[in-house]
Amino acid sequence: MSKINTLFQDKKQNILSVYFTAGFPNLNDTTTIINELEKSGVDLIEIGMPFSDPLADGPTIQRSSEIALENGMTIKLLFEQLKIVNSTIPLVLMGYLNPILQYGVEKFCKDASALRISGVIIPDLPFQEYLDEYKTIFEKYNLKNIFLITPQTSEARIRLIDEYTDGFIYMVSSASTTGAKNEIGSEQEQYFKRIKEMNLKNPTVIGFGIHNQQTFSKACEFANGAIIGSAFIKAIETGEDLEKDIGVFVNTILKEQLAHRNS
Amino acid sequence: MNYQVNEKGYYGNFGGAFIPEMLFPNVEELREKYLSIIQEKDFQLELNELLRDYVGRPSPLYYAKRLSERYNTNIYLKREDLNHTGAHKINNTLGQILLAKRLGRTRIIAETGAGQHGVATATVCALMGLKCIVYMGEVDIKRQAPNVARMKLLGAEVIPATSGSKTLKDATNEAIRDWINNPVDTYYIIGSVVGPHPYPDMVARFQSVISEEIKKQLLEKTGNENPDYVIACVGGGSNAAGAFYHFLENEKVKLIAVEAAGKGIDSGHSAATSVLGKPGIIHGSKTLLMQTSDGQIIEPYSISAGLDYPGVGPIHAHLFETGRAEFVSATDEEALKAVFLLCELEGIIPALESAHALAYLEKLKAKENEVVVINLSGRGDKDLATYIEKL
Ligand SMILES: Cc1ncc(COP(=O)(O)O)c(C=O)c1O
Repeated sequence: MSKINTLFQDKKQNILSVYFTAGFPNLNDTTTIINELEKSGVDLIEIGMPFSDPLADGPTIQRSSEIALENGMTIKLLFEQLKIVNSTIPLVLMGYLNPILQYGVEKFCKDASALRISGVIIPDLPFQEYLDEYKTIFEKYNLKNIFLITPQTSEARIRLIDEYTDGFIYMVSSASTTGAKNEIGSEQEQYFKRIKEMNLKNPTVIGFGIHNQQTFSKACEFANGAIIGSAFIKAIETGEDLEKDIGVFVNTILKEQLAHRNS
Repeated sequence: MNYQVNEKGYYGNFGGAFIPEMLFPNVEELREKYLSIIQEKDFQLELNELLRDYVGRPSPLYYAKRLSERYNTNIYLKREDLNHTGAHKINNTLGQILLAKRLGRTRIIAETGAGQHGVATATVCALMGLKCIVYMGEVDIKRQAPNVARMKLLGAEVIPATSGSKTLKDATNEAIRDWINNPVDTYYIIGSVVGPHPYPDMVARFQSVISEEIKKQLLEKTGNENPDYVIACVGGGSNAAGAFYHFLENEKVKLIAVEAAGKGIDSGHSAATSVLGKPGIIHGSKTLLMQTSDGQIIEPYSISAGLDYPGVGPIHAHLFETGRAEFVSATDEEALKAVFLLCELEGIIPALESAHALAYLEKLKAKENEVVVINLSGRGDKDLATYIEKL
């Protein structure tokens, strides 16, 4: 069974997923970041494969991608680095379609699967294209494709995505690129509620703009968990003491949960 | 052979709509409605009236006598440079702004390279009283200063794109990001036959007025509506798509697309996508794309800001793959020479982009009795600083 399915079966709420850009801040930080995130209590990790033109990303992830590419990160190199990773939590690869196409979609799936990757998030792979062209390949290698929904996604389309996928659904918190830093407003809560009341078969995780303990907790009231990207990238950008920075960051996000657990 | 887009938004192997989910509702709405809206009678009437009275269409088809003598053939220039705002770009922005209005959008965004599309967008926004935001690469803001001033004068806000190569590709990225952040009130007027379906088809249709007129004008002037050659420069490929459009099915008409070779195709400073590109995805479209073996997009180079793009529209990738159009290129230097030649022989100062098409005359070897149509996509006012440097 996929580690993704196991995770959501065992833990129904407050799932913390963290995104980082592979190759940032330094080329060879990948394994340190994954190990520290896991040690700090993160439930799921999204490993970003940097792309030169990340359309759905705001300035922070644009910059981390640019630096990662300057550092020399490629999918090939990332896969080399992942060979020595032995993590028990699900790892998901996130990146744009073009580098995957050039690597070769089937080869990508095969190699990722051999590295015990559980799923992929490809924001510019349209759902219909996935169904028509790629679903069978990804399924053959037991990779879950995670799709995004937004406040503008129609109910019919959400139902369709729910029907044809079985990892989790990535709820984009508002109409925005990554890295927005607003608090969660009532309009967003309305949207979160609306999705919650749809009783989807898939678990939901909210991402984009989740940047501190408050926004994380708020998101977790409506979904099974939340994803933090840009805020984490900022927390580790100096690269001076990765282990410490990661530990401190995750701790501040999970503060409330940890307090609950201990009391 | 079929050169039109199919139901799924593809030209042969190229096209599609590879967009993040955030853009899906907008692009889907456009896909569902664009054909019915632009075929409505009142839309056609409004567009045609504006094309005539505001843009000044039909643009002349001018027999360039001295240029023809020089190359010992018959050269006609399609004078898109005489359009209001100085280039073919306004054919498309007028069409799209009428569409945006019918979709109830109030905020217009655009990307621009040379600034011609930005000016054409700012112009139609002023005309319709809509808010206009134009993204332009920082590098292009410097090299096309007159157009930046024109956009501002026309009431547009010009936002510099500071990522990547700071040129057209990055301005397009920023415009797309803006649309993701403003999905409800905003309409994105793309400036070439690029982007997700239905944009390439829609822009090609709005530019197809160029070849529609060429046919009528040639028939009047020569008794034959079909030339032997149609030559156009290709950045994203909108002026070329418009100039080729009504000749696509007639294989006797040779179509020549001229790309920017920059400092030379193998110099590492080039924008000759058909030679240097491989199939890939850029700005939501599967097409020929300059990229590394890892699939990272390569920053192109051309002296001409309007041709400085690492892809081509999917229709051109298809025309290239099927061999329907011949793809050639002209270097910075060859283009500049063509600028000075046209000034000297015909008293016309062309845009740097259009000069790439003119430059190919040196290599064409057309026969004495043949007819060559060159799409003079724009005028050179915006490039004066570059030209003065070379005087
Ligand atoms: C005068 C002129 N010609 C050509 C182009 C290139 O665009 P396209 O290839 O879409 O015609 C531009 C773009 O800015 C332009 O300003």
